[in-house]
Amino acid sequence: MTTHASLFDRIGGPPAVAAAAELFYRKVLADPALAGYFDDVDMDRQVAQQAAFLTMALGGPSAYTGRDLRTAHAPLPGLTDEHVDLVLVYLAQTLSELGVCAADVASAGAIAESVRDDVLNR
Amino acid sequence: MRITILAADAPGAAGRPAPGPGLDCAPGETVLSALARHGVALPSACRAGVCRACLVRALDGDPGPAGAAGLEDALAADGYFLACQARPADDLTVALAGGDIYTPARLASVRRDANAFRIRVAPERPLAFTAGQHVALRIPAAGADLVRVYSFANQPEQAARDGAEFYVRAYPGGAMSAWLAGARPGAALSLGRPSGTCCYQPGEPGVPLLLAGTGTGLAPLAAVACDALARGHHGPIVMLRGAARPGGLYPAAYLPQAPARVRTCVQSRGEDLVAAVVAEYGALAASAPRAYLCGGPGVVARMRRALFLAGQSLRQIHHDAFTAAAAAP
Repeated sequence: MTTHASLFDRIGGPPAVAAAAELFYRKVLADPALAGYFDDVDMDRQVAQQAAFLTMALGGPSAYTGRDLRTAHAPLPGLTDEHVDLVLVYLAQTLSELGVCAADVASAGAIAESVRDDVLNR
Repeated sequence: MRITILAADAPGAAGRPAPGPGLDCAPGETVLSALARHGVALPSACRAGVCRACLVRALDGDPGPAGAAGLEDALAADGYFLACQARPADDLTVALAGGDIYTPARLASVRRDANAFRIRVAPERPLAFTAGQHVALRIPAAGADLVRVYSFANQPEQAARDGAEFYVRAYPGGAMSAWLAGARPGAALSLGRPSGTCCYQPGEPGVPLLLAGTGTGLAPLAAVACDALARGHHGPIVMLRGAARPGGLYPAAYLPQAPARVRTCVQSRGEDLVAAVVAEYGALAASAPRAYLCGGPGVVARMRRALFLAGQSLRQIHHDAFTAAAAAP
């Protein structure tokens, strides 16, 4: 039974993901290479977006799609693979710090990787 | 989508739709902006879903979930929604919020201090609120009424006795400033429903409270500190008072006095205040403090971001309504 539960459920469902979203967003916001993209963004809204993104990456009941990511990132100038790489590193760090095992971190990373082209609008 | 307005407040018009086919609302457009485009100016202030000045009621049709986010269940169940947030996917019939949301009141006193008006407002019926909450003040005006949102500066018991107190920053050319400059005690206005979460949280009497603000924002912070002490809070309370810009420090003499139990530090500039808040937070972080931020939108946003980066959860940072207003277009 538990082997079929999604990582989203196994790490504790919505409350755990909400906490993870803050941890993740804090890492992103603390990186000077990424912080500038968040200067004019409402923080509550952004944490909610990060929670939606994490829910998707953790295989949870997400309504978030590559199309949403494409729309959200389209207006941002100068986004490159390096930015996406950094975000994937912070995602992996966040999950590791929460005690998620390496195999699950890798599978979340693979889902996040699958929307790279949407984020970079290509 | 089309929006039909029922002029529920207009004498004789209750229950009858306005003539015509309704007003069109483009996909993704907010009700507030669609109505404005058609010359229907709803009262509005923050346009970020915080101040509730643009609260309206759907009598028919679904305004969508965004318009009801953050409203009390009872309000949402009655069809109320925020016009600045709602992007309907459906035809709507709406009533502009009237006497059922606003409580008639009289201006009890006006005092002009330094760069602010300090006013007391006596509502016709007692208004339930918690120290630190805010409320919309609605002033009758030709065209759209003037609505601005202010934090309560006194406690509910004092407000019930002497009138609710507000500090209104005086702006040259500001509509509220102009009205207050000419207003006499007894003038009619109305108060909306108090809301906001910049309030003392009972149930954790030992945690440190870190209060920081600029200008007249110190008044609601002092009210929160008084409320905390009245409810038996025994953890440390630190209040940081700063100016959003050099020379802008609002004189302490005009502010309600913080209880002696509160340790107060004064900083002279906005950036000093951000650094000071982070330093105080560092000293208190191990005890899971709650932070309360009120005042200039820019400095409140900077303090909030700095505290978050220093490790504080956004859920443990309370701030007044006007931060969001700065981010709104």
